[in-house]
Amino acid sequence: MTDDTLLDVRGVSKSFGGIKAVVNVTFTLNRGDVLGVIGPNGAGKTTLVNILSGFLKPDTGRILYKGKDIAGLAPNKIANLGLVRTFQVMRPYHSLPAFKNLIVPLNSPRIKKGAIGKLGDLDSVAIDILEEIGFERDARVPYKIAGSLPLGYQKRLELARCIALRPEVILCDEVFSGLSMSEITSMVPLLEKLTMQGVTLIMVEHRLRELFRVANRALVLNFGVMIAEGLPHEIMKMDEVKAAYIGGKRSG
Amino acid sequence: METALIYGAINSVTFALIAIGFSLVYGVSRVPNFAHGSIYVLVGFLTWSFVNDLHLNYGLSVLIALGIAAVLGLGIYRFVLIRLRGMPTSEIIASFAVGLIILEGLRLQGIGGFKGFIGPNYVLKPFIEGKIEILSVFVDYQRLIVVVSGVLLVLVLWSFTHHTRMGLSLRAIAQDEQAAMMLGINSDRSAMISLAIGSSLAGLAAVIILPLGNITAEAGYTVLVYALAVCIIGGLGRWPGTILASFLVGFAMKISTYYFGAVWESVVLVGTIILVLLVKPSGLMGKQKELEERV
Amino acid sequence: MAELDRRKKRLDRSVKVRSEGLYALSSYREMAYVLAPRLLLIVGLLVTPLLLDLYWQRVLCAAGIFAMLALGFDFLAGYVGLVCLGGALFIGFGGYSAGLLNAYLGLPPFASIPLASIIGACLSTVVLLPCLRLRGIYFAIVTFMLPLFARNVIVALELFGSTEGISGLDILPNTWAEQYVILAAVLVTLFGLRRLVNEDTGLIMMSIKDNDQAVLASGISIFRYRTLAVFITALFGCFAGAYLAHLYGWLGLSLFAMDFSILPIAATVMGGMGTLTGPVIGALMLTPLSEALRGFGQLRVVLYCVMLLLFILYKPEGLMNYLERKYHQFERWETV
Repeated sequence: MTDDTLLDVRGVSKSFGGIKAVVNVTFTLNRGDVLGVIGPNGAGKTTLVNILSGFLKPDTGRILYKGKDIAGLAPNKIANLGLVRTFQVMRPYHSLPAFKNLIVPLNSPRIKKGAIGKLGDLDSVAIDILEEIGFERDARVPYKIAGSLPLGYQKRLELARCIALRPEVILCDEVFSGLSMSEITSMVPLLEKLTMQGVTLIMVEHRLRELFRVANRALVLNFGVMIAEGLPHEIMKMDEVKAAYIGGKRSG
Repeated sequence: METALIYGAINSVTFALIAIGFSLVYGVSRVPNFAHGSIYVLVGFLTWSFVNDLHLNYGLSVLIALGIAAVLGLGIYRFVLIRLRGMPTSEIIASFAVGLIILEGLRLQGIGGFKGFIGPNYVLKPFIEGKIEILSVFVDYQRLIVVVSGVLLVLVLWSFTHHTRMGLSLRAIAQDEQAAMMLGINSDRSAMISLAIGSSLAGLAAVIILPLGNITAEAGYTVLVYALAVCIIGGLGRWPGTILASFLVGFAMKISTYYFGAVWESVVLVGTIILVLLVKPSGLMGKQKELEERV
Repeated sequence: MAELDRRKKRLDRSVKVRSEGLYALSSYREMAYVLAPRLLLIVGLLVTPLLLDLYWQRVLCAAGIFAMLALGFDFLAGYVGLVCLGGALFIGFGGYSAGLLNAYLGLPPFASIPLASIIGACLSTVVLLPCLRLRGIYFAIVTFMLPLFARNVIVALELFGSTEGISGLDILPNTWAEQYVILAAVLVTLFGLRRLVNEDTGLIMMSIKDNDQAVLASGISIFRYRTLAVFITALFGCFAGAYLAHLYGWLGLSLFAMDFSILPIAATVMGGMGTLTGPVIGALMLTPLSEALRGFGQLRVVLYCVMLLLFILYKPEGLMNYLERKYHQFERWETV
């Protein structure tokens, strides 16, 4: 464990009444990493996100975030520490304008009492964040009702909700799913920009090609078990990974 | 001490009888039937009226009253709740309103010569008069009937939900509504049936339990509160939990009465509820649904 | 280095951002259009006592009490997503606190009412805390049970005069004080809550109702905001209870009566859920109606419930939304 280690996950397991969703997952995350978490449906990826973000309490194992054990801490407390997640199924506050959606994170203790200093006018800050993430202000997109925005914008709004918390780690739960090709190509630079700003990302994803444009390490889950970890192009060559994805006989 | 244990057991079965209808309805249709207590009282008064005003046979009166309860349950779903599905706030308010209409309607006076069911004169006959001595404690036969019919009821319900087509489909809906609907189970129909069964279960509890005392409209609130309490403690909509909770609460109340006096009964009940909500909010037998139960 | 890192950023003030969507009021006619409904309510409420005889003045006081409870119910159900079936709990806690402060400590009404509101609100919040962390119908169930339990406990432990209650409390100095205290309180509650739901705090509460997980993931403690919301509601409810105790100079078990739980719900559904003004109008209409039926025993409870059902089934938007639509929009039939 070096100074750069942000997140150190050790032996985390979770089962739901006999079904083992996540078994003994161990990995570390360094500052500035982009870790892709891949695996077929039902591999326990979302469960892992739920555990890391505090929505589920792991049965065993420790999750050290900046040296502090956060396993089983309340989700809002974890978010306030700077470990923030997105949701796969987004439900923005439909009846509100997009920028009002950011008022919620901007009122969190992390922003209100944090070392970031006084922000001033929250509405303006919200619009500013949205503008940076591609809500064209001239077209008045930030003022549109959140429920009426196209899916691509809603996904970005979900990301903006995280960014508003000034996070150190973002857990992205399938940010690409459901998006068209062009929406994805506009999303990738956004994520790259985030990593440039020093945000560490964990990306749970199905779309491998797009993922590997961003990710510099990857971790493969199958039936809750970590079957591989390493550099993206190495991982894709491993037999176990191919078997898990293509559905052939599992080796070993 | 024997008194506390024997009466605790009787008390427990009473709670189970009262709560099981509510639990079944919530389990299947996710509707908290706040009219449960009212139906209980209504069946009591209907049976009384059939016996004393229309001079019908006791058994027949009970059957007719139960039939009316079932139709009422069906009607509540068909004409009220079906329009409010998916709006929990409205569902709660509407079923509460229906319950109050029934309950307070029974106490109306002076409309169309209706006297209103007020006062201590409404008593149902016990099925069998007399008492028996068990472990040097006198227990009247009606209390034994409560216990026996409670046990029978649980057995019948268990075999109904595990071995009949309708029972199985109710359980399927309770476990996963969408999957059940894909398999061709009609969720509205199941909810309607569950309300009909739940209401007649409330009525059945009434005819078995009410001969132990007199019938009052106020009992409707008490019964509802006990049913809710037991269901929360056992896990909402989980009827094995409901039965377990009835025994826990039934014994706890009688034993605390034995040691500290009857005054503490409701304090014990509130205390248990609060403890359960704090420690295991899904109740004793609640499902593993951490993501869903807490916020 | 520091110089290179910095850049000046200009942001619009939120007042400007917010008012961009508004049309400026440019004439008296437009101002009147905006102000008239508000003034009608305020002036109407303040003038009514002058037109009534003593009996109906009392009814107006009762209507004020129900209006405050209805406002609280609407706020909790419509904006926070908690259905409270036990308004009687607030009345009871507030009334008992005020009465006891007055009877045992000799505090005058104008001291005991505010103090009792705070004490009662704290008590109510504490007893409701265990179910605030839970989703679903727990809050409704627990609030339904608590007033009944409170009665049982008071009777069983023979507290505070048990079934008899305590009479002979100080009453408010005169009928004008009686009426204007409650009317002012209703208006303060109404406009205070309206302000609150448009502030960030209210917005967060509504978001919790919409999507609690996203709120948690945004680092906001739902428990804290719900506690705050319940406290605010309880504060107004307990104020009404404390006022009631001093209005009749009496405290007793009927402070936990079912009327205090059900009439506000009926008034809210009738007036329009989530409108805040609607519940006040609903309470002002339902209370006199129930008063007129006092002779018929429980008929009034049946009546509110029937109204409640009819509105929830056939006119779920409620009166206020209907009126608003009529005020703001044209309607005409067109042949197609």
